[in-house]
Amino acid sequence: MDRQNRNRLVGLIFFLVLFPVLVMNVGAIGHYLDVMIFVGIYSLINMGLSLLMGYAGQISLGHAAFFGLGAYTSGILCTKLSLSPWLAMFAGVAITALIAYIVGVPSLKLKGHYLAMATLGFGVIVYIFFNEEVALTGGPSGFSDIPGLTIMGLNLNNDLYYYILVWSLVLLTLIFSLNVINSRIGRALRSLHDSEVAAAAMGVETSRFKVIIFVLSAAYASIAGSLYTHYVGFLSPSSFDLFLSIKLVMMVVVGGMHNIWGALLGTWLLTFLGNEWLHVFHDFDILVYGAILLAIVMFLPEGLIDLTPRMRRLWKGR
Amino acid sequence: MSSENFNTFLRVEDLRKSFGGVRALKGLSFTVNSGMIKAIIGPNGAGKTTLFNVITGVFPPNTGSIAFEGVSIDGRKSGEIARLGVSRTFQNVEIFSRMTVLENVMVGRHIQSRAGIISTGFRLLRMRREERQIQESAMEFLQFVGLEHRAGELAGNLPLGEQKLLEIARALATEPKILLLDEPAGGLNTRETEGLAVLIHRILDKGITVVLVEHDMNLVMDISDEIVVMNFGEKIAEGKPKQVKNDPLVIKAYLGEEVDYSNL
Amino acid sequence: MEKISLTGQLIQYIFTGITVGSIYAMVALGFNIIYNVTEIINFAQGEFVMLGGLIMVFFSAFLKLPLPLAFLLTVAVVTGVGALMERFTINPLKNATVLTMIIVTIAVSILLKGIAMFVWGKDPYIIPPFSGSEPIVILGAAIQTQTLWVLLMTAVVVVLLSLFFKKTRYGKAMLACADDPDAARLVGIKVNTMVLISFALSAAIGAVAGAIITPISLMEYDRGALLGLKGFGASVLGGLGSFYGAVVAGILLGIIESLCAGLISSGYKDAVALLLLLLVLYVRPSGLFGNVEAGKIKEF
Repeated sequence: MDRQNRNRLVGLIFFLVLFPVLVMNVGAIGHYLDVMIFVGIYSLINMGLSLLMGYAGQISLGHAAFFGLGAYTSGILCTKLSLSPWLAMFAGVAITALIAYIVGVPSLKLKGHYLAMATLGFGVIVYIFFNEEVALTGGPSGFSDIPGLTIMGLNLNNDLYYYILVWSLVLLTLIFSLNVINSRIGRALRSLHDSEVAAAAMGVETSRFKVIIFVLSAAYASIAGSLYTHYVGFLSPSSFDLFLSIKLVMMVVVGGMHNIWGALLGTWLLTFLGNEWLHVFHDFDILVYGAILLAIVMFLPEGLIDLTPRMRRLWKGR
Repeated sequence: MSSENFNTFLRVEDLRKSFGGVRALKGLSFTVNSGMIKAIIGPNGAGKTTLFNVITGVFPPNTGSIAFEGVSIDGRKSGEIARLGVSRTFQNVEIFSRMTVLENVMVGRHIQSRAGIISTGFRLLRMRREERQIQESAMEFLQFVGLEHRAGELAGNLPLGEQKLLEIARALATEPKILLLDEPAGGLNTRETEGLAVLIHRILDKGITVVLVEHDMNLVMDISDEIVVMNFGEKIAEGKPKQVKNDPLVIKAYLGEEVDYSNL
Repeated sequence: MEKISLTGQLIQYIFTGITVGSIYAMVALGFNIIYNVTEIINFAQGEFVMLGGLIMVFFSAFLKLPLPLAFLLTVAVVTGVGALMERFTINPLKNATVLTMIIVTIAVSILLKGIAMFVWGKDPYIIPPFSGSEPIVILGAAIQTQTLWVLLMTAVVVVLLSLFFKKTRYGKAMLACADDPDAARLVGIKVNTMVLISFALSAAIGAVAGAIITPISLMEYDRGALLGLKGFGASVLGGLGSFYGAVVAGILLGIIESLCAGLISSGYKDAVALLLLLLVLYVRPSGLFGNVEAGKIKEF
């Protein structure tokens, strides 16, 4: 891992440790810890999306489906079969990865717009499935009473404990992802993005790597889904709709899709905007989201993570 | 030189490829022997780059066969062909512009390494050792083409001449048996082209066979052992530089092209 | 109420299918026109339909303008939106990657959706049918008069478009751009302008679709995405870029969907269209009527 990544990692850990201390003692923003848990859950998904979009150059407008598959697998196995949540989480990853593989192999043969539409279509199909299979999923009204998580008898039904759990997993996933990026696999992926034909000529198995990353990102999303389920204790299809898929892509793009740190930044910003700061706009958050996304793509195409380097470039007149 | 020679290395037979209604290759045949420099020349649109693309599996031929070391490679995927020891550069430089120069060559080491997603993600010891080896050998290939001082720079920031060298280093990093160079001298100045000629000979000295598509006739006549002349997807002449130079068909094909005939 | 016979029911389903299918066909036409000129898939295509419906509601039900005037104004406003979109988001981003183009059109679609929610709120709106609400009985099936309006307007759109591409200077120029933008530029066609026209035209067709379907299916701010997705399904099914393919495939998709809804399960009717889309993309990306060269079809 290079120095920049290491510094950022240390900075992030520092922030994560300080955050609860700062926030919990201030009444007005005491619930920020809760928001931060959601930031962590979405960060898990978006690190995968960042690998897929920023590094493999592929798009998915259906990642809410993988998030939902993990969530529903956990929820259903824990309530209907009383399976251990950790086992259910593992089962969720296995099922989601399998489905991602089955969908990914033919989908990733498609290019650009076709791939976007195929994943979009897949996402909507899964959403319809959640709505229609009432016996299994509870239909549009969903189902509740999903048990919380415990570790060795310790009940994590507490925001601080859950915060620690979620963000530890985020950090592990982040380190795992950074390691992949800085390896032959990461280089192969980045090469694909710059020139697919040259990458192929170097023996990079283009289709295989696209599928691997697609499946990996689906697995991340599935873990996030399980964490989500046990945190909110309630599931309904509307948490996994088309707009979530698009919002996830937005977070990655707004933060900067060519950089996994950008994905984290975008997730943090848009989740806080959506859950907290945009409440002044009531129902009109969609409008603001659209405006932010458009402004970023038009004027800061590499995302917010590129803001300071870009200012520096502009300052130097380049 | 007979094509029935026992050391026939690459054999292309009756290769045909068309796009829509355009026939880019119309039954092309030739052979390349081990340890030689073979040039393929012809006017623009003769089908030279298409030929390279078909050989390296960018797209399959419509009919015809390609055998490398006696193994049929037509219709195989690019990656497989690269693994068999065929590497190439591109006419319109296809470097990985957002990666550093060193990383570009490290991608070239891809097929010479094997760490998977688990061992890279968890940075297992085996993977770390392999990573160090990749880096060291990539540096050696950069030194071979004389770009070691550029290792840390973004490849997209290099001038064209160095980007072309980088492509060669990257191709060499796959440890090919045969190297296909697509217009390596295109856009180079005279001094750079001279350097290129020396480099190609040093590549040959490493035991790598070279096939060259090139417009710079001085370079082609200077370094090639044999030349294939193509026009409109067909071979119109083949032989040693001297024979080809005086072939009336060749001269006719080049009429109207900006070519220095004194060199032909 | 008397019992409807099975054939009557089937005919009813088919009519419903053709009606909805006409809308898909028009969305698909919109996709094709922009794709042919720019190779961009406009993810905001469905939002044009949504805007068409809601603006029609505003002019005809709120301002109580006469129907023809309301209709023309609706088309004009949405056409303007399409043109604005092209000038302010597509045109400045020349040489952007496909990924960027996808995201830009998605951003516009979110923006339009947000504006619609801001203006009209979350409730669905309806306007009365263009002429009389008494259904006509054909072979035992009750057909709404608005259905006939939808069919008529679709036919008008198709005929006008063919005339536009075959007879007018701009239409021919657009075909030329679709065929080979570089060559078109060389012979003095302003590709830039053609791209603008393609967005305006697509928006106009979307507006027509939205305005005529609202009396049947209501309209609300978040209908755009699914309409767009199904319209894209129709456009792929018919071979992306193919003019008549889009029309046939759109109507076919509508009928299949309507039959599935009626005979199998209404909940999965949306899924059927999407499964069909995935199947076509996986198995035959050039579409049912397209050539073998996938995605290369440039014929209107």
